[in-house]
Amino acid sequence: MRIVTHQTTLAAILGIAFLAGCGQKGSEQLLLNGAGATFPYPIYSKWSFEYRKVDPTVSINYQSIGSGGGQKSIQDGTVDFGASDGPMSDENLAKAPGKILHIPTVAGADVVTYNLPGNPTLQLDGPAIAGIFLGKITKWNDAAIAAQNPGTRLPGTDIAVVHRSDGSGTTFIFVDYLSSVSKEWERSVGRDTAVKWPVGQGAKGNEGVTEQVKQMPGAIGYVELVYAVQQKLPFASVKNAAGKYVAPSIESVTAALATAKIPEDFRFSMVNAPGEKSYPIAGTTWLLVYQKQSNPVKGKKLVEFLKWAETAGQAMAPPLNYVPLPDDLSKRVLKEIDSITY
Amino acid sequence: MNAAAVSGKTGSRAGLALAAPGKAGDRVFRLLTWLMAMVVLVLLALVGWTLCKGSALSLSKFGWHFFVHSNWDPVNGDYGAFWFIYCTFVSSCLALLIALPLSLGTAVYLTELAPGWVRQPAMSMIEMLAAIPSVVLGVWGIFVLVPWLREGPYPLLVKHFGFLPVLRGPTTGFCILSAAIIIAIMILPIITSIAREVFRAVPDSQREAAFALGATRWEVTRLAVLRYSVRGLFGAAMLGLGRALGETMAVTMVIGNSDKISTFLLAPGNTLASKMAAEYGETPLGLHLSALFELGLMLLLVTVATNILARLLIGAMGARQPTGTGAP
Amino acid sequence: MNHWYHRWRKLKSSGVSGLCLLCALAVMTPLALVFFHLLKAGASSLDLAFLTQLPTPPAEPGGGMANAIVGSATLLGLAGLVGIPVGVLGGIYLSEFGARRRNWAVRFAADILNGTPSIVWGIVVYALVVGYSAYAAGLALGFMMIPLIIRATEEMMALVPNSYREAAFALGIPHWRIVLNIVLKTAGKGIITGILLAAARVTGETAPLLFTAFGNDLWNRNLSQPIEALPLKIFNYALSPYDDRHRQAWAGALVLIIFVLALNIGVRVMTRGRAPRLAR
Repeated sequence: MRIVTHQTTLAAILGIAFLAGCGQKGSEQLLLNGAGATFPYPIYSKWSFEYRKVDPTVSINYQSIGSGGGQKSIQDGTVDFGASDGPMSDENLAKAPGKILHIPTVAGADVVTYNLPGNPTLQLDGPAIAGIFLGKITKWNDAAIAAQNPGTRLPGTDIAVVHRSDGSGTTFIFVDYLSSVSKEWERSVGRDTAVKWPVGQGAKGNEGVTEQVKQMPGAIGYVELVYAVQQKLPFASVKNAAGKYVAPSIESVTAALATAKIPEDFRFSMVNAPGEKSYPIAGTTWLLVYQKQSNPVKGKKLVEFLKWAETAGQAMAPPLNYVPLPDDLSKRVLKEIDSITY
Repeated sequence: MNAAAVSGKTGSRAGLALAAPGKAGDRVFRLLTWLMAMVVLVLLALVGWTLCKGSALSLSKFGWHFFVHSNWDPVNGDYGAFWFIYCTFVSSCLALLIALPLSLGTAVYLTELAPGWVRQPAMSMIEMLAAIPSVVLGVWGIFVLVPWLREGPYPLLVKHFGFLPVLRGPTTGFCILSAAIIIAIMILPIITSIAREVFRAVPDSQREAAFALGATRWEVTRLAVLRYSVRGLFGAAMLGLGRALGETMAVTMVIGNSDKISTFLLAPGNTLASKMAAEYGETPLGLHLSALFELGLMLLLVTVATNILARLLIGAMGARQPTGTGAP
Repeated sequence: MNHWYHRWRKLKSSGVSGLCLLCALAVMTPLALVFFHLLKAGASSLDLAFLTQLPTPPAEPGGGMANAIVGSATLLGLAGLVGIPVGVLGGIYLSEFGARRRNWAVRFAADILNGTPSIVWGIVVYALVVGYSAYAAGLALGFMMIPLIIRATEEMMALVPNSYREAAFALGIPHWRIVLNIVLKTAGKGIITGILLAAARVTGETAPLLFTAFGNDLWNRNLSQPIEALPLKIFNYALSPYDDRHRQAWAGALVLIIFVLALNIGVRVMTRGRAPRLAR
């Protein structure tokens, strides 16, 4: 009796396991694997979900592991497309076995979010933000912050800085901005997808930083706009190059994007953009694909998806607080996608 | 001719292998099972070799500098593991400090003091604790333990003991001490199990003799049981330590993931294991990957060393090993 | 003789007894708390949708962990493919054949491998197998099962009395048949118990999956592609900022712990304490 029970249990468990594995091999589905930035994860995830309805034979699996991971994954070909909001350096591009194209998809904002009682909307300028992240400004009621926020009661608690622990394009955009407003930052820390942070604790992905800020009173961090909005976290209005305090929004990012000069290879920066309405900590995010696709079947499907993303997909951006690309840029991008061979 | 000479073996069942030589089926079967047993040795060699080969680049580049220097900079290619070694050591020792007395007390209770009907169910409950997957404990840690620690105990700790340098500063709750607490929870079952086995190995005659001399319950335990078991208890502690060192998931979720050096116990940190876990999704290459392998190699060596030490200490007692099934 | 010193000794003894009781309660408290919170936060989310649906994009409520549950089952199957034959046959060798020295070496190696942190397994397989795939993850878990099953098998086989073997030899039955049909069959229940315990242990592992499985928001249709697993998804969701995903993480944790504990308790009840000693 007992032997039967044991054997049956084991057989049942392993049997289910095998069947599960085998059963899934049934239908002919093409899987496109992508990995990279957490910045656009909400919209890429949405696209992946919606595209299944457009083309049921294609599944897109996107893992948000950080721009650094995205760049490396496409470099060694472990994914079909990478994603990053920090442009790949010439050095890294040279290391890849083929030419990698930067395909901009949407633009977004890095917001400075924090956990303070009453969820006030703070006004901060570049030097103040740099001071906080350099560890020079350690308390919330520091003069530098209080001066810009006369009406707000700031507690005397310590500022708990949260930054990214993984390679991140969100970080890139943020430190790119800090480097342009603070000589000290540029000198001591610099700009890259992963830097040596003077203070603070690390969290993985935009998700991790949002989670940390949400959980810890007195915390401050930088995340993509949609994360703060979805979690109902407050964020700061930042002083732009024209001297105005601007809140991050679709309008302010669009204004910044409009002033950007975009070169042939689509790698550009739009931090500290000129213009009264521009939000200074904004950037675009790219999909990284090889110009010469090695697998014709996958290549064709990938191109179809990219084209869909640049056209129909753009409409899904605003509800998620991302800025769709302006028409003239879109046209240039579509031409670039056409250059992909498979 | 004796069986051992015929079969050429000295194993426990050598004498029974009289019919073995000459039968094809036997030879095939023996070969097959021998191969499978060798797989274990091959596996061990494979693990060691992979880690060594993987760390070679990092070892040659940094040498012993790797162990005294603290940095993790994939951008500039500079790595040093001192902080991780420090955090691993501190969190594990703290965990042991917390868990050992509790485990010993529990083991004493279960073997000496508890009424008979309580013993087995209580032990089963404790073994259930061992079966909880680390990630589940981590989830509980993030959403229940850490917020509670941050609101209650930690501010009190800082308020009353803040004069100590290790307890001075702001805390977010995700820190080395929280990691130590969660590790302690994970190693409680294993230390309790082994301590219990060690105590059970003490013959009752010892206890009876002590009672006969008029000792109280506690004195019996102290004189007859504890004194006899010291070595085995050291082994139990070592085993707990070994498990604590390798603990990954729950630690990653509550330790705060920071590479910044600090002496403050309530500051975030990173152990060897949690740093490796934090690299999830990074697709490390080249020197970065090599440094990661070196962390793994260190972790393996230190875990193996403590396990061997534990075995030596417990083996000497002839105590049984428990049926723990934890998942680190 | 109610000398104050005697009273003091008695007091000490009671005090220590009380302390030990407190210790025992303290040790069991986390278990109770974990369960309490799991049930409180997870039970309400554990509905049919959770068990049968795929994950939705972040911040969109609903969806489930169906692919993670099936993924875990798949990985368990793959791991079993690797771990069970090697473990059982290796255990047979240790118990039935083998020289003492060689046996000691194998046992020693098995114990060391058992004590290896699971993240090391993950990184070793990452170095050996190219790319993130179900195969890689299954291999890592299978490697972890081998030392566990080998020890369990050896132990259970050793419990079979020698008289069985002797009687069979006396009847002229070939050795290999004796081992398979008589000894193995007798020890079978215990060995299966060991396998089930190893399966429970390995299902709960997350660290080896970090560098091998990668995760997948969809059904895995090809074993050489990334795959999702329950502990991995729980880990991801717990670290995300979305409350809905936190809720699902609790539910997933509840599913996981029910599975693991059901196996553990079930096995113990059925063997009434004669379960094999897996390593620590």
